[in-house]
Amino acid sequence: MPGTQTLVNELVTKLKKRRVEGSQETALLTAELLRSVISQLKVPPTNQAETLIEAVKTVGELLVAANPVELAVGNIVRRVLHIIRDEDFSVATSSAGGDDRETAEENGFRVQTVAAGPPSRSPSLHAILDRTPDSERAHHSSRDGDSFEGKGKSADRNAESWKLKHDVIRAVNELIEDINSCHEQIAEQSVELIHQNEILLTFGRSRTVREFLCAAKEKRRSFRVFVAEGAPKYQGHALAKDLGARGLQTTVITDSAVFAMISRVNKVVVGVHAVMANGGVIGPVGLNMVALAARKHAVPFVVVAGPHKLCPLYPQNPQVLLNEMRCPSELLQDGEFSDCMGVCNGSGNPLLNVVNPAFDYVPPELVSLFITDIGGYNPSFVHRLIADYYSADDLDLQKRTTS
Amino acid sequence: MDARRAPRTVSDPKVRKVGFFTAPPDRSLSGPPDHRIFSFLTSPPPVVDNSSPSAGNSLSPVMIPPPRHSSANLSPLRRDSAEYFPPSASPTSPASFSDDVAAAAMGRGAVAASSSLPGGLGFDIAALKSAASSVPASGLTTVSVVNNFPIGISEKGGGVAVEMQNDQSTRSKSLKEKTTKAERRALQEAQRAAKAAAKAEGVAASEKKGGDRPQEKDRKKEVPQPRMQYDDKSRVEKAKRRAVVKQTEARNRVELFRHLPQYERGTQLPELESKLFELDPMHPAVYKVGLQYLSGDICGGNARCIAMLQAFQEAIKDYSTPPEKTLARDLTAKIGSYVSFLIECRPLSISMGNAIRFLKNRIAKLPLSLSEMEAKTNLHSDIDRFINEKIILADKVIVKHAVTKISDGDVLLTYGSSSAVEMVLLHAHELGKQFRVVVVDSRPKLEGQLLLRRLVGKGINCTYTHINAISYIMHEVTRVFLGASSVLSNGTVYSRVGTACVAMVAHSFHVPVLVCCEAYKFHERVQLDSICSNELGDPDVISQVRGREDINFLDGSSNSAILQLLNLIYDATPSDYVSMIITDYGMVPPTSVPVIVREYRREHLWI
Repeated sequence: MPGTQTLVNELVTKLKKRRVEGSQETALLTAELLRSVISQLKVPPTNQAETLIEAVKTVGELLVAANPVELAVGNIVRRVLHIIRDEDFSVATSSAGGDDRETAEENGFRVQTVAAGPPSRSPSLHAILDRTPDSERAHHSSRDGDSFEGKGKSADRNAESWKLKHDVIRAVNELIEDINSCHEQIAEQSVELIHQNEILLTFGRSRTVREFLCAAKEKRRSFRVFVAEGAPKYQGHALAKDLGARGLQTTVITDSAVFAMISRVNKVVVGVHAVMANGGVIGPVGLNMVALAARKHAVPFVVVAGPHKLCPLYPQNPQVLLNEMRCPSELLQDGEFSDCMGVCNGSGNPLLNVVNPAFDYVPPELVSLFITDIGGYNPSFVHRLIADYYSADDLDLQKRTTS
Repeated sequence: MDARRAPRTVSDPKVRKVGFFTAPPDRSLSGPPDHRIFSFLTSPPPVVDNSSPSAGNSLSPVMIPPPRHSSANLSPLRRDSAEYFPPSASPTSPASFSDDVAAAAMGRGAVAASSSLPGGLGFDIAALKSAASSVPASGLTTVSVVNNFPIGISEKGGGVAVEMQNDQSTRSKSLKEKTTKAERRALQEAQRAAKAAAKAEGVAASEKKGGDRPQEKDRKKEVPQPRMQYDDKSRVEKAKRRAVVKQTEARNRVELFRHLPQYERGTQLPELESKLFELDPMHPAVYKVGLQYLSGDICGGNARCIAMLQAFQEAIKDYSTPPEKTLARDLTAKIGSYVSFLIECRPLSISMGNAIRFLKNRIAKLPLSLSEMEAKTNLHSDIDRFINEKIILADKVIVKHAVTKISDGDVLLTYGSSSAVEMVLLHAHELGKQFRVVVVDSRPKLEGQLLLRRLVGKGINCTYTHINAISYIMHEVTRVFLGASSVLSNGTVYSRVGTACVAMVAHSFHVPVLVCCEAYKFHERVQLDSICSNELGDPDVISQVRGREDINFLDGSSNSAILQLLNLIYDATPSDYVSMIITDYGMVPPTSVPVIVREYRREHLWI
């Protein structure tokens, strides 16, 4: 436990100091941390799932509090919770059914399909009907198991507890793999969306976008890319350099020239920070401007996003609540306005304020399409994906744990 | 050029005689080049302004009533020619169209004739100048000259008759007045058809339009000349040969912008400096301004325009007409060379183009009787007046209007650094209004920081942010004030790149967008996007972020063929995003821009 505690603290400080940035990196770190938390956790004989959930929630709360605007942390915590519930459920059913190995395999397959394939587990009426007796049965069986354990069959119990943890860890591993490999799956779809001689516009830097574009390039599509630099981080420069190195015809433009250039652009392809449950998008600051310009010129606004970016929350005033202010020195050089900074007007307010938000919210009506690792979806369909990935009990992560 | 243009000036035989033959005396007097006379004679504004109301108004309903400066500042010559249009229209019955071609040919002959014997007509001008009543005399002389030509003599007689008749009538009330509007319209149509037919025959410009002529010409003139397209190889070559500044064209240009000039930066300045003493024809003041444009020391539409005009003032002051040349012609050529030098330094802004047009017009319109000294002082004061009335006073009026739109508690957003907006904000602050200003800025120029410094220095509560945060900050904004480099006649606001983004976001947040722009920056050109006409800045400034040494991704690889940098200077804001344009003529919606362009362009050209 002390081992995990230091690990947790380490990540918390990293998050707090904003040393980890980018949702993918954060998501990976979170998932790895949770994996080690789970693996090092001593599972009591009873209520294994509850214990695991409790432990993950405690850690998750810490992590989320460390950087509340990094939604990927919360997403991964919720995903892991969902995995635990799922595994617990399947272990319970399997123990009730008594066909361990088969269900385990089935479980593995199921997790995989949920993460990677097209949504094979469609929310059919059949599944819903199936589910209720199942869970009831699971409840029964766990109670049965309790009484059984009470009789003192420790070997079985150990095997079972080991099995749950093992399954969970395996599923978390799969999740990590998914996050790592989502780029390829997204990039595979690029040839279907980019045609010859197209002009694309992208904004800021996103690894997903880079892979997406390069995949099309590798398939011998020739097209041009305009890269808006994305102040104040100017990561567009880095993206442009990468794209140029891969042989893509790239043009760097300033953010202010987006409106001027978008009339010649066929598609806007952007990576985002998070996708909200309503289909809205949290992205690098300035994205809303790009989306509005795209709407004005009827240019499709395509968002590429891995599974870890899907956030089950509905945004409330996201421009303010899901935003954070970066250092003003990114806008005004240090010392340049130092004489003005301290000046106050009569009421004691500073005369000069510098606003440097990090994120921007794009409402769902401005987004044309989401390209995820499991296919393309409309903004209106995002809530459905979220229902697949997260269990409804975990949505209010913080409240539950604090109460 | 003369041969082509002269017939056009004289659309109707009778008019042609008068309008045409009054010209040569002119030349004989002070001897300006003929093309100048013709352009001056036929230049639409004076003709329209002075044509009797019947001619001006009835024919084209969109024309404005003649402005107050009627014929006061026009030479009697022009008035004469104008006054002859009405009568000319009436006698041209469709039957006489057959004569048209011949008449035109004759007219061209007459040009040659008249220019060959300017002295013979010398007496004419004296008569003309003395009083308007002397016009028939001129008419008679023309007839006498023209009679030397065999063709169209019979008609000439008629023309004289008409002229005499016209003279007898009160001159302002023409025969034309008596015809109904429908008749006149029919006549006009017929004349147009005749003109088309004549053109089809390959006869150069034989018009028969009488009173309609100025309008028609006017309309032609209103269509702005297409600008130099830099993807046109032959023209670029031609321009290069003339160029003072040796510029190397940027090698890796963005495909979409091949039609715009882009040169390697940093090569021009040292070369120009070394040439300082070699550039003989360039006046030092103009040279200085050119260098300042090049280095970016002077930027902003008004500042550039004023600097240019003042340099021209200096140049005119030191100007002396070379022997055997005329002031008007030589000076125009001189100004032309200055302008092309300035263009080489940095493409002209539309406001500068308008100012140059004004100046050239003034030079062309200089009364020929003036001595060189007088002409120079005239031009000097004209330029002063332009600067004062069109820029300084206009700004004051704009400020007066705009301040009424600021109320206590407002949060005003401005983008970049506009001199007009700055004055508005400062004046509102002086009036004691309580408001907050959001200064939005963008790379690479970061002009907003200068504005921010000045505003904060004056004690205005400011918020500074960059253009990407515009949707964040727009929630709290109540009004957006923007400057403009130009307002085009379809309502498009042509301004610093990023303005369109700001206006768009403001529009989507239902925040009113007010554009402050002096009317002299209005232009009759139209533009739909920001690509067809724009200016390209130095691409290298994109790769370096000032004060952020950590951002150096593009350092080594800047501007290869595969990775290009694009630094646009302007963009075009669609008129839908603009709630109101505040000009010196008041606050108008963008749809009214063409009205201002039409109605006040003449006034602005003639002050």
